[in-house]
Amino acid sequence: MMGAEFVALSLPPILIGIFAAVACALPGNFLLLRKQALIGDAISHVVLPGIVGAFLVTGVVAAWPMMIGAGVAALIAVGMIEAIRRLGGIEPGAAMGVVFTTLFAAGVLLLEQSDTSTVHLDVEHALYGNLESLIWLDGMGWHSLLDAGALRGLPPELPRMALTLLLVIALTWLFWRPLTLSTFDEGFARSLGVPVGAVGLGLVIVAAIAAVAAFDAVGSIIVIAMFICPPAAARLMTNRLEVQIAWSVTFATLSAVLGYVLAGYGPLWLGFQDAVSAAGMIATVSGVILALAAVFGPCRTRAGTA
Amino acid sequence: MLLEALTLQLGYNATLVTIGAALLGLAAGATGTFLFLGKRALVSDAISHATLPGVALAFMAMVALGGDGRALPGLLLGSAISSAVGLLCVSALTNRTRLSEDAAIGAVLSVFFGLGVVLLTVIQSMSSGRQAGLESFLLGSTAGMLWTDALVIALGGALVLALVALLRRPMTMVAFDPEFAAGAGMNVRRIELAMMGLALAITVVGLKIVGLILIVALLIIPAVAARFWSERVDHVVLLAGGIGGVSGYVGAAISATAPGLPTGPIVVLVAFGLFALSLVLAPGRGVLAAILRHRRFQARVHVRQGLLALAQGQPIYEPLTLRLMRGRGLIRADGVATKAGRAQAARALLDERRWQLLRSDPAHEEAAAHYDGLTPLESVLTPDQLRALDRGLRPGDVQAGALQ
Repeated sequence: MMGAEFVALSLPPILIGIFAAVACALPGNFLLLRKQALIGDAISHVVLPGIVGAFLVTGVVAAWPMMIGAGVAALIAVGMIEAIRRLGGIEPGAAMGVVFTTLFAAGVLLLEQSDTSTVHLDVEHALYGNLESLIWLDGMGWHSLLDAGALRGLPPELPRMALTLLLVIALTWLFWRPLTLSTFDEGFARSLGVPVGAVGLGLVIVAAIAAVAAFDAVGSIIVIAMFICPPAAARLMTNRLEVQIAWSVTFATLSAVLGYVLAGYGPLWLGFQDAVSAAGMIATVSGVILALAAVFGPCRTRAGTA
Repeated sequence: MLLEALTLQLGYNATLVTIGAALLGLAAGATGTFLFLGKRALVSDAISHATLPGVALAFMAMVALGGDGRALPGLLLGSAISSAVGLLCVSALTNRTRLSEDAAIGAVLSVFFGLGVVLLTVIQSMSSGRQAGLESFLLGSTAGMLWTDALVIALGGALVLALVALLRRPMTMVAFDPEFAAGAGMNVRRIELAMMGLALAITVVGLKIVGLILIVALLIIPAVAARFWSERVDHVVLLAGGIGGVSGYVGAAISATAPGLPTGPIVVLVAFGLFALSLVLAPGRGVLAAILRHRRFQARVHVRQGLLALAQGQPIYEPLTLRLMRGRGLIRADGVATKAGRAQAARALLDERRWQLLRSDPAHEEAAAHYDGLTPLESVLTPDQLRALDRGLRPGDVQAGALQ
């Protein structure tokens, strides 16, 4: 299990899964504390019209146009939610519900109307991703990690996801102070001159970048699950933000590794033939972790209640 | 073609789907209103995604028992059970831990959906060669709708509607003010569960037509659209039911006119169209009404300021003020006041002086709170009070007022 086959077939998907999970969990911590956890849900629904639109414009199924299309769709969705919230005086949850279901419906309709029979583009792909197929054919063993020629054969999702993760980490580190201040005490942050509105919008944009980069490799389910479950579980473990983020990264990594291994090898251990969906299993594992934290977490109750 | 579809002349299947979708929309709109008014619209998102593992497990159970596995009542029962479990998880996470409801919703919807996907892949490998077709529950599929399916939807929708009618008063109270409802001796928790249970029933019934991802739209969009038109709960519920029903009917009819127009998405888009119309056109809360209100207010402020300037002999430069005053015949094209303009200007100045006097006198504190620079004092004080107030004015002011 740890030999050449592992490096070629399992290492890249596991790494991509970890990178995607952590990249979503980091902004997820702040979204959770700001009670905007469902923004991730909304963004990952509108990815579908984005990629279909990109396909209709460019005519090819390629990574970059799709990611740009998905990003544009995410921004349009955020703009529509804000517009409906302000113009109509609608509470944010309902405004979100109106926008993401409508855009998703538009995406499905576009997909049905356009001629996508020749290319691999469907709703299931956007939802589940295709983690299992991201294999590294040039990986002959652990020594291939030092071989420049073999490294060039890595699935392109791996460096893309790694870059996204680095970007998210860098932005979180750079804007740590304004981000934490405006998350916990908006009024105080404003009195210190922190541009609260810009920080909030920036956070949503970073979340959108992480979501769009991740969906391509792992699908929307993991994106939604990783935005919410690891930070929520971490929230039940501690009262300190730094510690919470550390826990959430741990939980995200754990979900990705355990989920992938259980999906790939679990059925074999039980005597079945085929593997099950890795994306679904990773989401399930993150849910189990959250359930455990909700039952045993040291800081699971609200302050003031026993 | 569309006309034939709207008058139910496109064949048996199209008619079944259209009537089914209309009933579903009606029931969903009315039920969703209470979720929306209680600011819990997105709970329906968790409910709907949590149906997937139930559908898959029910399929497996029915196959294991030697059945076909695709019998709709069995699948719906499974989906109802698993979404009820999901609902209880949301409620447990919200009540027993420090997590807020939106985090609980997101966690439940993603985890249950993920589990459902895992189970779907298990089914795929289990019945290799025979497509279970359970993916159609994601987006709905009306192509092979049977008479019994339509019957299940119609009966379910009617039952939900009857329960909504029965429970509308307690649900309204709980949605608006849970504390008051508890104080009035209601079992808030049970009523909330009933509210969620009705949404759950709608979700389960709607799986076949619009699918689990889009059923949320039918619960949320009609209610949000209806809210623009009325401030009364009963009216909003009726309107939401109407908007939902029309969306279902028209959407299903449109989708029957051509291939490649899936029912669920079209129904949702029609509902969104009605929402957009409401957002723009509704009187009172609509965008157009708000713009008109703003313009009227702006005009009043400009004219008032222009009149005060006229009365005090100051020149007016502001282009909008000039245009408005010319349009009302208060000044001539060259900017000189007309007779009507002079009269109104004097009245405006008198009003302003009276207000000044009133606001400097602590005895009139209550009336002074009405000051906004636009309300004429005549509408605040009685004639006697006005006359008493006028005694404090300087002679010049009264004379100016007496000119008119």
